[in-house]
Amino acid sequence: MVTDIEHTPETDPRSVGLVEKQSVTLFHPPHELTLEGDKSLGPITIAYETYGQLNDAKDNAIFICHALTGDAHVAGRRRPEDRKPGWWDAFVGPGKGIDTSKYFVVCANVLGGCQGTTGPTSLSPATGEPYGINFPFLTIADIVRVHKALVDYLGIERLLGVVGGSLGGMQVLEWAARYPDSIRSAVILASGPRLSPQGIAFNAVGRRAIFTDPRFRDGDYYGQEDKPQFGLALARMIAHITYLSEKSIEMKFGRRLQHSNELTYDLQRETEFQIESYLHYQGKRFVERFDANSYLLLTRAMDYFDLEEAHGPMRESLARTDARFLVVSYTTDWLFPTSQSREIVSALLDARRDVTFLELDSPHGHDAFLIESELPMLHDVVSPFFDVTYASHARH
Amino acid sequence: MCAKRLHMPDPLDVLTDELIMSQIERGSRVIDLGCGDGRLLNRLKVEHDCSVLGVELDYKQFVACVTRGVPVLQANLNKGLEDIPSGSFDFAVFSQTLQQVYRPLAVLEEILRIARRALVVVPNFGHWKVRLQVVMQGRAPVTDSLPYEWFESPNVHFLTMRDFRDLAMRGNFRIVNELPIIGNRAVGQAWLPNLRAHSALYVLERPGD
Repeated sequence: MVTDIEHTPETDPRSVGLVEKQSVTLFHPPHELTLEGDKSLGPITIAYETYGQLNDAKDNAIFICHALTGDAHVAGRRRPEDRKPGWWDAFVGPGKGIDTSKYFVVCANVLGGCQGTTGPTSLSPATGEPYGINFPFLTIADIVRVHKALVDYLGIERLLGVVGGSLGGMQVLEWAARYPDSIRSAVILASGPRLSPQGIAFNAVGRRAIFTDPRFRDGDYYGQEDKPQFGLALARMIAHITYLSEKSIEMKFGRRLQHSNELTYDLQRETEFQIESYLHYQGKRFVERFDANSYLLLTRAMDYFDLEEAHGPMRESLARTDARFLVVSYTTDWLFPTSQSREIVSALLDARRDVTFLELDSPHGHDAFLIESELPMLHDVVSPFFDVTYASHARH
Repeated sequence: MCAKRLHMPDPLDVLTDELIMSQIERGSRVIDLGCGDGRLLNRLKVEHDCSVLGVELDYKQFVACVTRGVPVLQANLNKGLEDIPSGSFDFAVFSQTLQQVYRPLAVLEEILRIARRALVVVPNFGHWKVRLQVVMQGRAPVTDSLPYEWFESPNVHFLTMRDFRDLAMRGNFRIVNELPIIGNRAVGQAWLPNLRAHSALYVLERPGD
């Protein structure tokens, strides 16, 4: 989002400024990671960014888990001329919802992604070629295990908090169940303990669009001039609808036309309505930055995620951590409706954990946690939540 | 704005808090329904080592709870508390709120599902000042403890101590304790309480518990 007053990254006191993409390579053979699908993978390069300063006690670190198509670039700009800052720049920075003047913030690209962490576009050490479709099947648990290795590498024994929305929220739940002693708090936004069958259905159509694109070539398209851009763009268009709401589409576009004030009665015109044009634009922009094999892999990881399937009833799996929980849902989110958040809350109450729950009123559907106008409300809650967590720890 | 929603003026708030705290054993699990800014729960947590949970609908009050470090759920008491597992709490506090929910009996049922005991503070519309205003002036009453004009009152029900006892009987709740609040004091055995008390604290439980 472009703000009214443009600051350069160096002068904006509310920005983390210029940031550097960092990376580390772990899981060198013979210490490969054995994935949930039983295949092993290594070495694994992890791309990440950090903001703020890790204190001497190393107890002020917050790990951000990004969503399906996000990346490690949360805030600030990598180069002064970058048009856009990181994906959560309005929420992460000095004095912001996650305050980088107090906390050391880390975000890493997910395993299987295409933004620097080992994924289908990386070269397989065995063949010297991109993994492509042969990249081993992975799960949310595998993603989290890789991130835990990064946190260990950074010398952080216990995170002050793990926070994430959507697929990021699933990772937060996995952190809590898998590494109960490694976190002091967990913030789960617009997420749930599993993806609904309706969500799987939308993912299925997206994957179908990629598979049926003739340029997909069974996932072996890296050396080719043309990539499966139509399939990937279509997958994004479908998914994007699930991130919006009836209300937000109505507000933003209504039935307004894109090119003229009159209907053309021409079937060939694909972008007559503004909403059509918008979806096409989203699809087009997406293929510039995302890889089709990664999309297949990560949507599948999302489908497979079921916290209770993996760790047993939540009232038991989440009872093992002393972490404080903050669960937030949005009124118009139909991909991860409030009922999903309530299920987590109910289990946490059953487990007698410290839990705070809020359903925020927003027209922006699932995407609300990323929309700048919705962030002040999230700030009101997340900021004191971390402050209290940090202070109560310091008291002990 | 917040003050009008749930709470009486300050001195009475403090008195009510003290009174409620005196009824709660150390180390209990306590839920406060309509917990406002979390002041009482924070005291229970810090001073009585209780583990606490607030329920509050108002966004500003909710944020105040988070800022105090009081865990809190945003929920509408009228719609029910179905996400809260049965028997999760030793005590449920329900202070100056019963007269504001649409179906008091259903809410009390829910409260005694999630908690072993309910501490219910209700205003007594049988207080002599209220009676006098109705009889002498022929108007809806406005008093220190009921400071609202009829058209802006959050109270949707009007009850007296007698009415509350009837409700308890009807819901098959056992009144473990009844403490009329007269002036600035809670009185164990009061003379003409339904005339003299502006509010009362009831401790309820399910018979056989």
